[in-house]
This record gives sequence, structure tokens and C-alpha cells, in this order.
Amino acid sequence: MNPAVSVKNLSVNFHEHTVLDNISFKLPDRSFTVIVGPNGSGKSTLIRSLLGIIEPEKGEIRIYDRTPSGINPEWMGYVPQTKTLDRNFPGIALELVVSGLRRSWPFFIKQNEKEKAQSALSRVGALHLSNRPLTRLSGGELQRIYLARSIIHNPRIILLDEPMTGIDAAGEADSYRLFDELNKDMTLIMVTHDLETAFHHASHVMVLNKKLIGYGKPEECLTGECLRIAFGHVGHSHPRLKGAADG
Amino acid sequence: MAELFELFSMPFMQKAFLAGILTGYIASFYGVFVVQRGLSFLGSGLAHAAFGGVALGILLDLEPLYISIPFTILVATGITYVKQKSILGSDTAVGIFFSLSVALGIIFLSLKRTLTTDAFSYLFGSVLSVSNADLVIIGILTILSAATWPLWGRIAYASLDREMAKSEKVPVKKDDYIIAVILSVSIVVSIKLVGIILIASFLVIPAASARMISSTFRQMTLLSVFFGILGAFSGLILSYIADLPAGASIVLFQSGIFLVTMLFRKF
Repeated sequence: MNPAVSVKNLSVNFHEHTVLDNISFKLPDRSFTVIVGPNGSGKSTLIRSLLGIIEPEKGEIRIYDRTPSGINPEWMGYVPQTKTLDRNFPGIALELVVSGLRRSWPFFIKQNEKEKAQSALSRVGALHLSNRPLTRLSGGELQRIYLARSIIHNPRIILLDEPMTGIDAAGEADSYRLFDELNKDMTLIMVTHDLETAFHHASHVMVLNKKLIGYGKPEECLTGECLRIAFGHVGHSHPRLKGAADG
Repeated sequence: MAELFELFSMPFMQKAFLAGILTGYIASFYGVFVVQRGLSFLGSGLAHAAFGGVALGILLDLEPLYISIPFTILVATGITYVKQKSILGSDTAVGIFFSLSVALGIIFLSLKRTLTTDAFSYLFGSVLSVSNADLVIIGILTILSAATWPLWGRIAYASLDREMAKSEKVPVKKDDYIIAVILSVSIVVSIKLVGIILIASFLVIPAASARMISSTFRQMTLLSVFFGILGAFSGLILSYIADLPAGASIVLFQSGIFLVTMLFRKF
């Protein structure tokens, strides 16, 4: 079976600084890959390269055999970091979800658009937030709205950039249940700082620090050596990670 | 009442009202992006760029508005280019071009070496200065601006979350140039009536008032246009009745509307 994502010799530089250095990997269809690494390791840059926002200096990216710029936009959902959102923007949750259908902000919402948006909101358990102003959504609620927006086209792949930022433990557990559910039909790629997530939910883990330090199944990839190379130390409390570090 | 009838029957006031309604519409429609994107300083910068263009027109003995339009668009494009291509922030880029344009304007006027009272009518605006030719220009530019109406949703979307818009192939950088050009046009068409010094308020105050009481961006846009036209209309009446400068009267009314919306939000 063809991989969902295939990256070959990818390098990205910013102002002569190397951000990603000769990275290659293949992600299977319907896998749940978690990308971990220290700050500045190129995690978000990798996501932005997959989205086609950044043109790499070198290398090749294929998503379901298409280039990022050539892929049908409906195949790909994206949940960005909420810090890029203008929280003072006058809008309601339903409008934000509908904007995922049009790739523009709606002046009027058609009935069929409303139904699709409500169906997506319902799928992520956020239908009750439809008419809530964006200014009054909590971090967790906003992530849920973004997730509804990202699945409105029923995409083949969803990219999630640190979706758990600002979400409490209960909200995190809910979100992971949702991701596991979506993962039955879709490929998920998620950037996170939470190494525990990798053990409990991901099918694959990618450890990044400008270079690809490790990639594979969580128990194969999150080894002490791999984490030491990426982070410089293993400062994590999870017993399995400690075990990996000791081993 | 008779005074009001008299007011609407006078040709110069009819022109002023028409110009006020059209410019009030354009500026307040695009003003929502100025407010939502935090571009108020760009509005002020472009108003001062327009001064450079007006001064060049006066120096060359050409219709200042004809010269000011391309001049302001050129400056707007320069600001956007520097902002996108350099590490400088938006306010710094505006600050550089703002100063350059005013310096050029002063030099152009000093080179004229004859009385340049005309420049003052551009600085402070005047109901008497709106000619038929101005109305034609304002009308054409209003139509051209209205032609960009379909971009409303796209620009609004990028105003909400630029990164997300980029990820979905929305041409945000190209749209930055379009916004800068539209704002230039909005400013230049309003110069005759409101004057360079107060023109930025046309972009900011109606939209800011609308933001105070709107829960959606559509509502904000419609209310902004309503406040923009209402402010221009009421300001011109005040200007005529109290014999006050038109631009200042309009801004006074707009500020009054802002105050009311602020109080409305508070209570």
C-alpha cells in the first residue's frame, strides 16, 4: 500500500539557519504519528512544509502521491496553534467551522453549509457551542471548533500543531478519545511536547531535532539514547520513559 | 426646517453630501480591516503620503488628486514591500514612508515659490472644494472599490488567522497589497471633503464604533458603513448650520457615535 506521507531528503533553511536537515520518512495510511522534539527542533516547520506554506530548499514531499501544492485541499485538515488566532475577532463558532468549507469568512451561511458545519460540530461534541462568540471560547473549546473545522470535508489526513496547549487534563483525555475515533478513518500527524501521548495513543513516533533522530513504533523509538540526542537529557516522569532512559 | 430645505437645494452642498456618502461608504467598509488588523497607523501614514502627492500635483500645476492617487498607491506598495521583505515591523515601515512623504511634500511646496493656499484646503478639507470632476473621480473609485467586494470574505478570513489562511493557499501576501491599494484610494477620495489631517478617522472611528456592538464580522461591516454614512451626513448638516469646517464636524459626529456605542456596550 502506498504511504500516506512520503518525505525524501527534506531540508529547510531560514535566513541561512538550518531548521530541517535532510529528513526522510514514510507514514503509513491511517497511522497516528506524534512528532516530538525540543523547542526550535523544526516540528512546526515540518508541519508547515507538509501544508505547502513553506517551500523547502531541497527534497521531495508526497501526500497521497501528490505534492503539497497539488493535493486536493479537501483531503487535508489542519488544526493550527490557537496562538495565531485573533481572539478579538467578531465571529461565532459556526462561522469558523463554515470558513473551513469556503476558505473564506462567510457573509451569509447557506442551509447546506450550516448542516455540514453542525454535523462536524456534533462529531466532536461541540454542537452546543455553535452560536458562541469566539471571544468567549476557552482554549479547549476553541481547539474542538478547529477540529470540527478540519474534519468538515472528511479529509484523508489531519495535521495537528500542538493541539493540547492550554487544555486541562480532562479536556486532554476527551481530545485523545476523539483523535482515536478519527484515526479509524484518517491519518493523523500531531506535534506535541507530551511524550506520554506517544506511548498511549500514537502508532508511530518521530523524534526530531533539526535532523530525524528516530522514527518508528513508540516502544522502538522512544529509547534513552534517542531522547538524549534530541533533548540532551531525559527529564520525563513517565515510568516507561524512565525505563527507556535507563535502558 | 426651511434652513434644511435650503441646505439640500444648494448645488455645492448637494455635491458635498454625495461625496460624503460615497467616501463615508468606502472608508468605513474597508475600515473594518484597518481596525481588526490593527492598521490605524497605516491609515495615518497613507494620509500623509497623500499630502506628498497633493504637493507634487500643486508643484506641477496638475489636478492634485490625479497625482495623489498613484503617489499614495506607490507609497502603500512600498510600505507593504518593506514589511514583507525585511525584518522591520509594520509601524517602522509606515514611519519611514510617512516621514519621507511629508518631507517630499514640504520640498515640493517650497519649490512652488508662489502662494500655495490651495494646499490648506487639502489639509483641512472643504465642502466648497468638491467639484463635478472630483465627484466623477470619487464615483469611479467607489465603483472600483466596490469591485473588490468579493474579496471581503477572504481578507476577513486572513484577518482572523493569517497562518491558517496561508495553510489553505489564501494569497495573504497579495491581499496585503490589495488592502494597501484600497486604503490609499479610500484616503485620496476623502481628502477634498475631510482633509488630510483628519482622514484617518474616516477609516477608524466608524469601524471601531461598529466593533463595540457587533458579535459577527458581517454585522460589524454593515454597522460600520451605516455609521460612516450617518457621520458624514450629520457632520455636513452640522457644518452648514453652525458654520464649522466639514471634516472636523464629521469627525465630531463620528466620535459622538463611538461614545454612544461604548456606553451601549458598557450598560
